[in-house]
Amino acid sequence: MELRPILATLRKHRIPAVLIVLEIALACAVLCNAVFMISLRVRQMHLPNAIDERGISLVSVNGADPKLAASDIPRDLTALRGIAGVTAASVSNTVPLSTNNIGWSFGTSPDATLATQHTVNLSMYFVGEGADQALGLRLKQGRFFTNDEYADSKLGSGVLPGIHVAVLTESAAKRMWPGQSPLGKTFYSKPDYYQVVGVVADVMRPWVSDAEHAYNAVYFPLAPDAMTSGYIVRSAPEDRQRVLQQATQALQKLNPGAVVKGRTFTDIRNRYFADTNSMAWMLVLVCAVMLAVTAFGIVGLTSFWVAQRRRQIGVRRAVGATRTDILRYFQAENFLLASFGIALGMALAYGLNLFLMKHYELPRLPGVYLPVGAAVLWAIGQLAVLGPALRASNVPPVVATRAA
Amino acid sequence: MFGYYLDLALRSLKRNKVLTALMVLAIAVGIGASMTTLTVMHILSGDPLPGRSSHVFYAQVDNDPVPGDSHVDPPDMMDYQSAMDLWSAKRADRQALVVNPFPEKVSAPGVNRPPLMAQMLSTTADFFPMFGVPFEYGSGWTPDDDTHRARVAVISSNLNDRLFGGIDSVGRTLLLKKGAVRIVGVLKPWRPSPPFYDVRGGRFANGDTSSFYGKPEDLFLPFSASLEMNDGDFQQFNCWANPPKPGYLVNAPCNWMGLWVQLDSPAKIAAYREFLDHYAGEQKTLGRIRYTETRLRDLMQWLAFNRVIPRDVKLQMWLAFAFLAICLFNTVGLLLAKFLRRGGEIGVRRALGASRRAVFAQCLTEAALIGFIGGFCGWLLTLLGLWLVRRQQTPYSDLVHLDVSMFAVTFVLAISVSLLAGAMPALRASRIAPALQLKTL
Repeated sequence: MELRPILATLRKHRIPAVLIVLEIALACAVLCNAVFMISLRVRQMHLPNAIDERGISLVSVNGADPKLAASDIPRDLTALRGIAGVTAASVSNTVPLSTNNIGWSFGTSPDATLATQHTVNLSMYFVGEGADQALGLRLKQGRFFTNDEYADSKLGSGVLPGIHVAVLTESAAKRMWPGQSPLGKTFYSKPDYYQVVGVVADVMRPWVSDAEHAYNAVYFPLAPDAMTSGYIVRSAPEDRQRVLQQATQALQKLNPGAVVKGRTFTDIRNRYFADTNSMAWMLVLVCAVMLAVTAFGIVGLTSFWVAQRRRQIGVRRAVGATRTDILRYFQAENFLLASFGIALGMALAYGLNLFLMKHYELPRLPGVYLPVGAAVLWAIGQLAVLGPALRASNVPPVVATRAA
Repeated sequence: MFGYYLDLALRSLKRNKVLTALMVLAIAVGIGASMTTLTVMHILSGDPLPGRSSHVFYAQVDNDPVPGDSHVDPPDMMDYQSAMDLWSAKRADRQALVVNPFPEKVSAPGVNRPPLMAQMLSTTADFFPMFGVPFEYGSGWTPDDDTHRARVAVISSNLNDRLFGGIDSVGRTLLLKKGAVRIVGVLKPWRPSPPFYDVRGGRFANGDTSSFYGKPEDLFLPFSASLEMNDGDFQQFNCWANPPKPGYLVNAPCNWMGLWVQLDSPAKIAAYREFLDHYAGEQKTLGRIRYTETRLRDLMQWLAFNRVIPRDVKLQMWLAFAFLAICLFNTVGLLLAKFLRRGGEIGVRRALGASRRAVFAQCLTEAALIGFIGGFCGWLLTLLGLWLVRRQQTPYSDLVHLDVSMFAVTFVLAISVSLLAGAMPALRASRIAPALQLKTL
C-alpha cells in the first residue's frame, strides 16, 4: 500500500487528523496507567493467604466479665464444638484482614528493644488451643504449640506472653534470618525472648500496608484470656452460614450480658477490600467508556471524511480502483493516525506515570503495558473505521461523472 | 437574535440525530465522571468547622527522647504529663483533650434493649463549645465536672435512638464496664467531615486515609472520670519504650493524648506558640525531653499535614478529568465535522450579508445548546455515580450528596466544555469563503 497519497490527504485535513491523534494519545496514556492501577489492586486482592478462608467464621464476644474468661472460654468452645458441622473451634485475639492489629518490633540480637533500629515489625496473633486446626494453618517446618505451652502461656504485666515459644510465617522467618533455617532460633524484645518452634505458610496480617510486608506475622500460644475474645469456627463451606448462625446464638445464650457478633471470613475480606474493589471497578468503567467514546469519535470523524470525499472516491473507482482498494485506503489511514497517536500516547503514559509516582507513591509502569495499550488502540481504531470504510467502498464510480 | 440562533441550532441538531446524540453522550459521560469525583473531592476536602477552623489549633510537643526516631516533626500525640501540663495551664481561650479508649459495652438499665458496643471519646468540657457541637437535649458537662471526675456522659443521637428510642434521655443512667454514668446531654445528628479531632497519623497511612471519614463517637466522657473507668483500655499512638502495663498509659513512655486549643486573635496565637516553646525548653532543662521542636497548626493545616483526602479519591479525580479531556477532543472533532458539512448553508448566509461574527455566534449557540443538553444528561449520570458511591462500603459513603453549588458547577462545566469545544470549529466555519462554497452548490 502506498502511504504517500494518504499523508498528502491528511496534510489537507490537518485539524481533524490532529484531533484523532490527540484523542488516541490521551486514551492510550490513560488506558496504560488505569490498567496498571487495576492490576495493582487485583494483585493486592488476590495475595495468597494460607488459612481456610471459605470455611472460617468469626464470632466476637465483647463486654463479658474479663475475670471469668478462664472458665467461660473453655465452656463456650465446648458448646461450639457440639454444633453439627463444626470441624474445629478455637479463640484468637484477631484474624487476618480484620484491621485490628497489634504490631510489635522484634530483633535477632538479645539487646533488641522497641526503640532499636533493624528490628522487624510483626503482627501478633495470640491463639488458644486448636487454633491451627480452626484456622487451617499449613505447617511448613517444626510443630505448632503443645497443650502444656498453651496452658503455661499467660500475659504477664506486659503486652507479650511469658512463655518463650513462637511460630512464625515463612516470610517473617525469611526476613529475620535470610538464608538460614529459623527452627530453634530466638528473637528478642528486651526483656522478652522467643524460640521459633515452627513455621507456617504465609498468613496475612490484620492490616496490610504494602504487599512486601503483608505476611510479617507471629503466632503466640495463650491460655484462655479476656484478650482472645474472638471465636474461630471452622466448617465445610456449604455449612458455614448455618453454623455461623447457630454459633452466634449459642454464644449469645451463654454470655447474655455480652455483645455477640458473627461474621464469615468472606465478609471480613470483602469489607477489608471494599475500597480497593470499588476503585478497581471504577477504573474498569472509566476505561470501557473511554474506549467507547474514542471509538465513536473515530466513527464520527471518518464518516464525515467519507462523505466529504465521495467524489474523490468515485474518481478513484472510475479509473480502476477496486472496492478493496478503497477499503484498504481508509483502514491504512486509520492505522497511520492510530500509530501517531500511540507513539505520542506512550510518551504521555510515561509522563503521567512519572507524575503519579511523584505525587501518589505509585510504582513505575512496567514496560509490558505499553505494547498492550498500543494493540488495544490499534484494534479499536480498526474496528471503528470498518463501518465508514465499507460505506466508502460502496460509493459507485458513477458519482465521479455526475458531479463537477 | 439569540432566539433565532437557538431555533437554527435546534433545527441543525434535529437534522443529524446520530451525530447530535454522539456529542451529547460524550459530554454527558465526561461530565458525569468528572462531577462524580469532583463532588466526592469537594465533600472530603471541605472545612469541617466553617467559620471557626482558623481559630482552632492542634498542639504538638516532641517528647520522644530516642535519637534514632525521626524528629523532623513532633509526634502526632502527647504523653500524659505534657498534655496535662499544657491543658491545665489554660493559656488558650478554650482547650480540650481528646483521648480514644477501646470501644466499650454500653447498656441502659430499665430499657428492654440489648447492650451494644460504643466508640468512646474521653475529652474535657470545652470540647462542645469549642467545636460548636449541637445539642438536642441537655448540654455538655462543666469544667467543674472535669475537676471532680464526675461520672457524666454526653451521647450521640444515634446511641440515643438505639438505646432510648430517641426520647429525652437526660438524667438517665448508662452502665459501662466499671460503673454507671449519668447522661447530661444528647447531641443532634452531628457528622463533621471528617471528625477532625480524631485525625492523626495520616503521614504514616500511605494515602489510605478513608477511615478518617468515619462517624463521630457515640459516647463522650470527661477525661478525668474516663481515666478511672477505662484505665487499662487506652490505646497508645506510639511508644518509645515498652509500656510497663499495656492500656495503663498515665506513667507510660507513650503518646496517646491530643490537645486542641481555641485562640481568638493573632496576638494570642503568637503568645501560645511562645508558651509551647517555653514549655519545651523548660522540660528540656528539667531533663524530661530532649528535643524542643513544637508545632501549632490550625485545623485546616492539621488536616493538610495528615493528607486526609484518600489517595484513591484524588487519583479518581485526575483520571476523570483526563477522561473529560478525551471527551472534549471528541466533541471538537464532531462539531468540526458538523459545521464544515454545512459549508454550503454558511456560504449562502455569508453571501446574504451575515458577518463572520454572526456565523461564529450561531455556531457557538449550537455548541452551547449541546453543552446544556449534555450537562443535563451529565447531571443525571452524576446522580447515578453518586448513588453508586453511596452504595460502597467506604466510611464516607453516607456523606456523599450533590449540593446546590455542585449542581451549578455541573452545568457551568458542561457549557464551558462545549463552548471550548465549539470555539475552534466555529472559528473555522466563520472563515468559510462564501464564493468558493456557492460555486459548488
